[in-house]
Amino acid sequence: MPGKLKVKIVAGRHLPVMDRASDLTDAFVEVKFGNTTFKTDVYPKSLNPQWNSEWFKFEVDDEDLQDEPLQITVLDHDTYSANDAIGKVYIDIDPLLYSEAATVISGWFPIYDTIHGIRGEINVVVKVDLFNDLNRFRQSSCGVKFFCTTSIPKCYRAVIIHGFVEELVVNEDPEYQWIDRIRTPRASNEARQRLISLMSGELQRKIGLKVLEMRGNAVVGYLQCFDLEGESGLVVRAIGTACTLDKLSSPAAFLPACNSPSKEMKESPLVHPPSHGCRSTHNSPIHTATGSRLTQNFSVSVPTLIYTGMGSGSAGKEGGPFKALLRQQTQSALEQRGGSPHRFCRRREFPFFTLTAFPPGFLVHVGGVVSARSVKLLDRIHNPAFVGIMGNTRSYKLLDWNSFNSDEPETRDAWWAEIRQEIKSHAKALGCHAVVGYSESTSICEEVCILSASGTAAVLNPRFLQDGTVEGCLEQRLEENLPAGCGFCHIPYDELNMPFPAHLTYCYNCRKQKVPDVLFTTIDLPTDATVIGKGCLIQARLCRLKKKAQAEANATAISNLLPFMEYEVHTQLMNKLKLKGMNALFGLRIQITVGENMLMGLASATGVYLAALPTPGGIQIAGKTPNDGSYEQHISHMQKKINDTIAKNKELYEINPPEISEEIIGSPIPEPRQRSRLLRSQSESSDEVTELDLSHGKKDAFVLEIDDTDAMEDVHSLLTDVPPPSGFYSCNTEIMPGINNWTSEIQMFTSVRVIRLSSLNLTNHALNKNFNDLCENLLKSLYFKLRSMIPCCLCHVNFTVSLPEDELIQVTVTAVAITFDKNQALQTTKAHVEKSLQRASTDNEELLQFPLELCSDSLPSHPFPPAKEHLESASSNSGIPAAQRATSVDYSSFADRCSSWIELIKLKAQTIRRGSIKTTVTVEKTSPMGEGNFRNRSAAPCANSTVGVVKMTPLSFIPGAKITKYLGIINMFFIRETTSLREEGGVSGFLHAFIAEVFAMVRAHVAALGGNAVVSYIMKQCVFMENPNKNQAQCLINVSGDAVVFARESELEVVSTQQPAANCQPACTGGEVTT
Amino acid sequence: MTSELDIFVGNTTLIDEDVYRLWLDGYSVGDAVALRVRSGILEQTGATAAVLQSDTMDHYRTFHMLERLLHAPPKLLHQLIYQIPPSRQALLIERYYAFDEAFVREVLGKKLSKGTKKDLDDISTKTGITLKSCRRQFDNFKRVFKVVEEMRGSLVDNVQQHFLLSDRLARDYAAIVFFANNRFETGKKKLQYLSFGDFAFCAELMIQNWTLGAVDSQVDDMDMDLDKEFLQDLKELKVLVADKDLLDLHKSLVCTALRGKLGVFSEMEANFKNLSRGLVNVATKLTHNKDVRDLFVDLVEKESSQSCEAPSCCAPSVTPDGCLHRMADEQSRFAPKIRTHEPRPPKPSRRNFNHSATGPAPYFFHSGFIEV
Repeated sequence: MPGKLKVKIVAGRHLPVMDRASDLTDAFVEVKFGNTTFKTDVYPKSLNPQWNSEWFKFEVDDEDLQDEPLQITVLDHDTYSANDAIGKVYIDIDPLLYSEAATVISGWFPIYDTIHGIRGEINVVVKVDLFNDLNRFRQSSCGVKFFCTTSIPKCYRAVIIHGFVEELVVNEDPEYQWIDRIRTPRASNEARQRLISLMSGELQRKIGLKVLEMRGNAVVGYLQCFDLEGESGLVVRAIGTACTLDKLSSPAAFLPACNSPSKEMKESPLVHPPSHGCRSTHNSPIHTATGSRLTQNFSVSVPTLIYTGMGSGSAGKEGGPFKALLRQQTQSALEQRGGSPHRFCRRREFPFFTLTAFPPGFLVHVGGVVSARSVKLLDRIHNPAFVGIMGNTRSYKLLDWNSFNSDEPETRDAWWAEIRQEIKSHAKALGCHAVVGYSESTSICEEVCILSASGTAAVLNPRFLQDGTVEGCLEQRLEENLPAGCGFCHIPYDELNMPFPAHLTYCYNCRKQKVPDVLFTTIDLPTDATVIGKGCLIQARLCRLKKKAQAEANATAISNLLPFMEYEVHTQLMNKLKLKGMNALFGLRIQITVGENMLMGLASATGVYLAALPTPGGIQIAGKTPNDGSYEQHISHMQKKINDTIAKNKELYEINPPEISEEIIGSPIPEPRQRSRLLRSQSESSDEVTELDLSHGKKDAFVLEIDDTDAMEDVHSLLTDVPPPSGFYSCNTEIMPGINNWTSEIQMFTSVRVIRLSSLNLTNHALNKNFNDLCENLLKSLYFKLRSMIPCCLCHVNFTVSLPEDELIQVTVTAVAITFDKNQALQTTKAHVEKSLQRASTDNEELLQFPLELCSDSLPSHPFPPAKEHLESASSNSGIPAAQRATSVDYSSFADRCSSWIELIKLKAQTIRRGSIKTTVTVEKTSPMGEGNFRNRSAAPCANSTVGVVKMTPLSFIPGAKITKYLGIINMFFIRETTSLREEGGVSGFLHAFIAEVFAMVRAHVAALGGNAVVSYIMKQCVFMENPNKNQAQCLINVSGDAVVFARESELEVVSTQQPAANCQPACTGGEVTT
Repeated sequence: MTSELDIFVGNTTLIDEDVYRLWLDGYSVGDAVALRVRSGILEQTGATAAVLQSDTMDHYRTFHMLERLLHAPPKLLHQLIYQIPPSRQALLIERYYAFDEAFVREVLGKKLSKGTKKDLDDISTKTGITLKSCRRQFDNFKRVFKVVEEMRGSLVDNVQQHFLLSDRLARDYAAIVFFANNRFETGKKKLQYLSFGDFAFCAELMIQNWTLGAVDSQVDDMDMDLDKEFLQDLKELKVLVADKDLLDLHKSLVCTALRGKLGVFSEMEANFKNLSRGLVNVATKLTHNKDVRDLFVDLVEKESSQSCEAPSCCAPSVTPDGCLHRMADEQSRFAPKIRTHEPRPPKPSRRNFNHSATGPAPYFFHSGFIEV
């Protein structure tokens, strides 16, 4: 019985009027966890009840603690009839289960009802007491931290990156249960919300177990998705990267956070991996300071990876993805429920990483994008309930999901295993042993489901996968291997056995290694990459009509179309990239959506000019019928237009690479025309392999042959893409290459558009145009709306396409606009350094200067050059220091590396200076200021009325601020329905209100955890359905992110002495408890 | 291709001041778009009309959703759904409760009932303010009235506390509520030349001097209902006309106080007897509700009748300012006069005229007069 959950219901406010007669409400609250329910007293006749209940205590297994959400239902007491529900609050108590996150959840939660939306707020306090559990066979995984962030979280350091974890759970969708025929939609939606909440908890727990098995303590890049498969059920699946993280003590300031390093050091070896992370075993290595100690605690199993290039010739044998896809499709049609393949030992099976940004030195080479898709038929369950009411009892038994679903997860697992296997083999073909920036997605329409997976094949530094502690050694090795800034571009595959035809040149940076002419990746731009100019958002958009068909015929039709779509999307991307005068794509995400009568493809990426890669050739237009004079003229006119556009774009994005005389490089870039010919001959000679090669050299990328009007239109559409208005930039990666002086103003937003196609002119061409216009107009609208923020950049622009109905296209965009300062680039560098020096001298002289001096002394031995910057990043650990040149580099990871090293020095310093630090801490403990900074929302719920601001961002950082603490993952699922659509302002009014409510609920949960921001926020699903004739609509939204506490850098400067002490507080108290 | 759904939701709710103004002014989305196009925004930003349309719709929807909260401004501060910086919240509230001078003159002193609401069409056509905007303003008046009526404490403070308005706007609302409660007739043709500001100034003085609250009694409606006892006492002012000695004493007191502060001083001094008689006549009649309602009409009528007898003095006083000075003069003059006769001890709150000093410049003399 390892946990006690305590809940207190304090008060309510702004409740709705439930009794028309008195215009008041007699509210009471039901608190439910698992199967236990408590009730508060009825607080009569008030819209602002003060229950001030006792502590309701639930004594539960930690397994339940992880799975179950806390359900709080607010009801209106009615003497004569049934009590009316006002609304509910689901609280995920997971953040309370690991040691350093929140210790209490306390605050105002919006009371949510699926029909009425938010109806007032309720003030709740939740606490958990965990007891020690040394049971080896336990099923819970309390203490494993989850992060949505797809990089190592800012105040942690990766000791080991273990690798891929995945899991899925299947259940029946309550909406399709027999009981749904007799209950209200509201009850069914509530059942759905509850179930999904439960399933996510279970999934997270299971993944946690896998992580513990791997001896990790965290999951980074955790991505959980729902597949609403309709009648065949509901699948909740998740992938992530298991890591062992080490908390950087006080990254924000110089004072060491832990006041008793000796104690920590003594105790950490005692910690057993199975129990580490639990609240009760507080002295887990998470707080320890030196990395080298840790290696002793963890016996590391080495991932079975192939380190060097693959065996020659293996590439050719790999079938193209589409061949495989066809194969699978036919198989799946037969396979349906039958042979569920065995599960292999999952560990290390797939060397995949969901991360998109990495610690320096982790990424050695990048091969290219690998992706795989597969079309599957969802099984239709024969449901006797549909026959008649008589069948009810029987059908219920049949539908008992324990029995009938028993093989379902296996089937789904097998499907994904197939795809992952394929991805793995593609990566191998590229000479890579790992896949980074890996993600999975599905698109479902009726009973057809497209499963997609994509990632970037890469060669990783094996050292990180075992132990990341021998950093000095590691860096030296790296230094030998790769020159900074271009290493990752060098081809990982064997030049003679190229997996696909690509044009190789010597690296423009180091001139030693070969690089491809274009590079596509799904990851963020590595921090040390040398980029020229700025980046921009590049999108390829495509629609394909498809005949309406049933089951297998439908699946076949789709899988026949897929390769063509993929090919075209790729061609578009390539052309647009060239048109922008750039040579690499980062953050590439190709989404293929299936609808009743069409397929949609949308690819988004951020184009950049990598200094290491060759200058991209132009685009040549060639006509098929060269005889016609006027035609020739027309073509030359187009050609001129294209050339002009390229020149203009180069100017716009400030791409002016240094001129390098070609002799030096040794392999001159052929004239575009020449080169294309060269490529073509190559591609002709190679057989199947070309199919694999979507991500690289393509003949059509260079020469556009205008042989029909369609192609003509394509060229036109290329030219009609309007650049964003001046002062605006956009990208879909974390940061914009080339901009580094962000100011602190951010605005996260979600925009949704649905268009109805007129069914008359449904040709591929018209469809394409409509879709293109839709996206372009959406972007234009965004630019217009956010014009007051100029100069600004839209970062992490995330487009999602869905086809809710026959003629409807829905596009959902989530992004964040960040302002930046045009003029301060250079000055800030100086200012920062001066400031940090000042701080150093004023705050605590010797202690601070000690590491700084050492730091600068040791500079020559480090690979990154400018002393100033180094100093700065080490001292202020600022996320975005201004770079010297126009190159866009986020130096924070350098800083991370430095600070962990500085810690070592600090430790030494501490032995001398410990006395003084201790006094600081004790002072802080009593000072209300320190507490106030930390978490004071619980103190006086009613007194402080103003609502605290909670920032939301899809990025992993907050510009101009430091994340001081991660409080836990936010993963919420809501359904909203209405039967009075017109009255609520139509579809737009309905969805607008709902999204605003979702934001509000996310903010409220974060605030209750004591946080002030959500990072890595993502809206994973927004399924909207309407029935205007019935005046009804319904929407499902699933969002997630990491709740954090951040402090402005300016504030940090002021309270730099207080902050670390405050940080340290829970650790200290925890230590006291255990010792 | 038709757009079925088009929304934009920011974590921080975007508020476009220009669009907000258009919305408050009651323009439809179409009109608002046309007006925005005319403002040249397309040229400035390079946007298309479709973008503008979508943007305007979006803002309108946001405002529509916020309107519910604006009806009870403290709710806007405490709600969690829309994250709006405090300065923006203040702007939203202040602008929402702002009203048009032309409109308020039409409804000032009228009962804020459904009947009046029906007449809004006429007011709309008369003033050129859109019906929508008229309704909003009318509903605002009514809402404020409903909330603060039967409430204890200072009227201005109550308005400010429950609607979070600026000081200035809260005073205006106090005046509107006061006029609506006492149903003072302000719509007569004779009174047309008076501005809302003039009336608001009067209202403020009357709240300070004539109401129950003025005598410090803590009862409901203290600042809204006139002190009946006080009105009754006004009858005794007759002696100021009847008794020659008192008339002279009154004249000398007033003249001392006003000397050098009034442009038309000499005319006033010359006509003092007539003026005083007119005022006293109005004052003594105030025991009847009907006469209370007609207070302003009567005051102005008296002035006009005076003007026939003494054209020289009336020339200036027919102007709104002059007349108002006089009226304000009247009301405040009642107070000290009463005090001289009444057995009741002087009430400090009645003396508290400092507020009027903050009013428009022309009225300054008045406060000087009182403080004597």
